[in-house]
This record gives sequence, C-alpha cells and structure tokens, in this order.
Amino acid sequence: MIAAFALILVCQLFGEVISELFSLPVPGPVIGLGLLFIGLLIKRKPPRELTDAADNLLMHFSLLFVPAGVGVITQIDRLKSDWLPIVASLVISTLLTIAATAFLMSKLLPRAPASPDTQNEGAK
Amino acid sequence: MEPADLTQLWVYLSTKPLTGLTITLVAYAIGFWLYQKSDRNPVCNPVVIAIAIIAAILHFTGTPYSVYFDGAQFVHFLLGPATVALAVPLFRQMETLKRALPVIIFGVLFGSLMATASTVAIAHMLGASMETLASLAPKSVTTPVAMGIAKEIGGVPALTAVCVIVTGIVGATLGPAVMNLVGLTDWRARGFAMGVGAHGIGTARAFQVNQTAGAFSGLSMGLNTIATALTVPFLWHWLFG
Repeated sequence: MIAAFALILVCQLFGEVISELFSLPVPGPVIGLGLLFIGLLIKRKPPRELTDAADNLLMHFSLLFVPAGVGVITQIDRLKSDWLPIVASLVISTLLTIAATAFLMSKLLPRAPASPDTQNEGAK
Repeated sequence: MEPADLTQLWVYLSTKPLTGLTITLVAYAIGFWLYQKSDRNPVCNPVVIAIAIIAAILHFTGTPYSVYFDGAQFVHFLLGPATVALAVPLFRQMETLKRALPVIIFGVLFGSLMATASTVAIAHMLGASMETLASLAPKSVTTPVAMGIAKEIGGVPALTAVCVIVTGIVGATLGPAVMNLVGLTDWRARGFAMGVGAHGIGTARAFQVNQTAGAFSGLSMGLNTIATALTVPFLWHWLFG
C-alpha cells in the first residue's frame, strides 16, 4: 500500500515539475495521470497493490470536493451579482452537451459485439 | 459550564486543524447517510449536504473560511493523488478504447468544446464578468482539474468548485430525462455523454442505472479531463490572451 501510494505521489510530483518547468497551462495532477497511464500501458498488467490503492482513493472521490465547495461562502457577493448568467449557463450548457454528445455517439459508435448486458438492458 | 467558557472553548478549538478536518468528515458522513436513506436520489447529493452543513456552522460561529481550511486542507490535498489514480479505471477500459479509438477521441473533443463554448457564450450574453467567465469555462471536468484550469486562465478557483458541483448535479438529475426525451436508448452513448457532461457525479449516476453506461461514463470522464485540461487554457489564451 505504501509503495503504491508513493508511486502515485511520485507521478504527481513529476507532473507538477513538468508543468512548472515548461510553464504548461495543464495542471500537474493531469500530467501525473498521463504518466501513470503510460506506465500502465508499458507494464500491461497493473500490480494488485496499485489498483487497490487507486480504488481506495477514488471510492469516496466526492468527499474530496467538500473543502473546495465550502469556498462558496467566500463568493457570496459574486454569486449575488452574477447568479443569473451562472445558473442559466450551467443548466443549459450541461443538458445541451449531454444530449448532443449522446446523439453523436449513438450514431458513431460501431455496433457492439453484442454483450448480453447491453442487449438485455437496452431492451428495457 | 458558563456560556463564556463555552465561547472560549470554541475560540480555542476553532483554531485547531483537527476541528476543520473533523467537521468535514462528519458533515460528509451525514450527507452520505441521507443519500443512502433517500435510495440514492441524486438530489440528495452528499457533497451538497456536507457543504450546506459546514457553511451553516461557519456562518453561525463566525469562523472565517481560511481557519476552516487549515484543517480541511488534509482532505483537499488528496484531490491531486486521486486525479492521478484516475489512470487506473481509465486503463481498465483499454479494450473499449482500442476498439473505437478515433470515434471516442472525436466524441470527447466534441463534448469538451461544446460544454466550454456553450457555457461561456451563454454567460457572456447574460452579462457575466470576465472573471466569472474564466471560472465557468472548465465546469465539466472533475473539481481539482477544473480549479487548476480556472487558476491558469484568471478565474476564481472557489467559484469554479461550486460551478463544477452544480454541473454534476444538474447533469445527473436532468441529463437522463433529456436523453429519454430525445429518444436515445444506446447505453454506451448515454453513459459516454454523462461522463463528458457531468464528470464524476454523472458517472456515479450512470453506474447506478446500467453497468455498460457506467463503464463508458468513466472512460469519457477520464479522457475529457485530459482533453479539457489540454484545450481550454490554450484556447483561452488564444482568444482572450
């Protein structure tokens, strides 16, 4: 567990260093994600310890959003002045994106080699 | 104990990181309990409930956010490693990825640009400030990445965090209804759209409805994180820089 967690942190650290060094506008953790993904591609079979550590970190992924979300209390003034554009753009854009992307992908994705799961559920 | 003592006790406790950390975990535990009690109704989102509880506590005790964050930062810190860890579920979708790579990449880029462009355009038409626009732009990717992007392009990360969470909840609650309305029944396409449009909250919802949808949602969420982090900052600097 320690080794796996250390590996994840090393990927993040390298990500931060690369982002900083080349002044890339991409956040360090995303570069770290890419590094770990490349590592997995090379290794082909990820060690159990690593997948367990990752699953544990991601199990309560949404908890990690709470401290940042509480930051809303520092933004009350801005929310008061800009609430209409914020709410309207978020709602319309999100539903538009979901509908359009689902439509596009239903046309483009190749017919699945029928897995029983897809067939049964799709028929409902 | 006299009330004065209690106040002093709070003044002492509120400056300890332990308090902010404990409040965060307890509030989330309450939120998660309510979420399960409600049969996992996406309206009872544990994140929203936790934020509401903590915001109320801070408001009524007059505790500044920075004091709370001294403790909560230990939870916040884990967002970075958790983002890196997304590589593992992404890798599990390798087979799907290999089978339809060009289509998937095209779909992710389409969704990513659609989400960013439509949000910024609508908010701009309705008169949002530049800072607000920059905070809204990365709203369809997972919070840590969205906050990182917002910081890069001159937005307010705290506002972005709120926008991301609102986006996830709107997508998870109303997204499936909209897709039903349009008559889309392909679970792969439906899941894919949820991952692009409503990140982790949408993916959690997709998994509850259908395993295939969940897998596609996880895949598109991971790729969208990368696509948005790569495209939005460059486009922003090019358009407004």
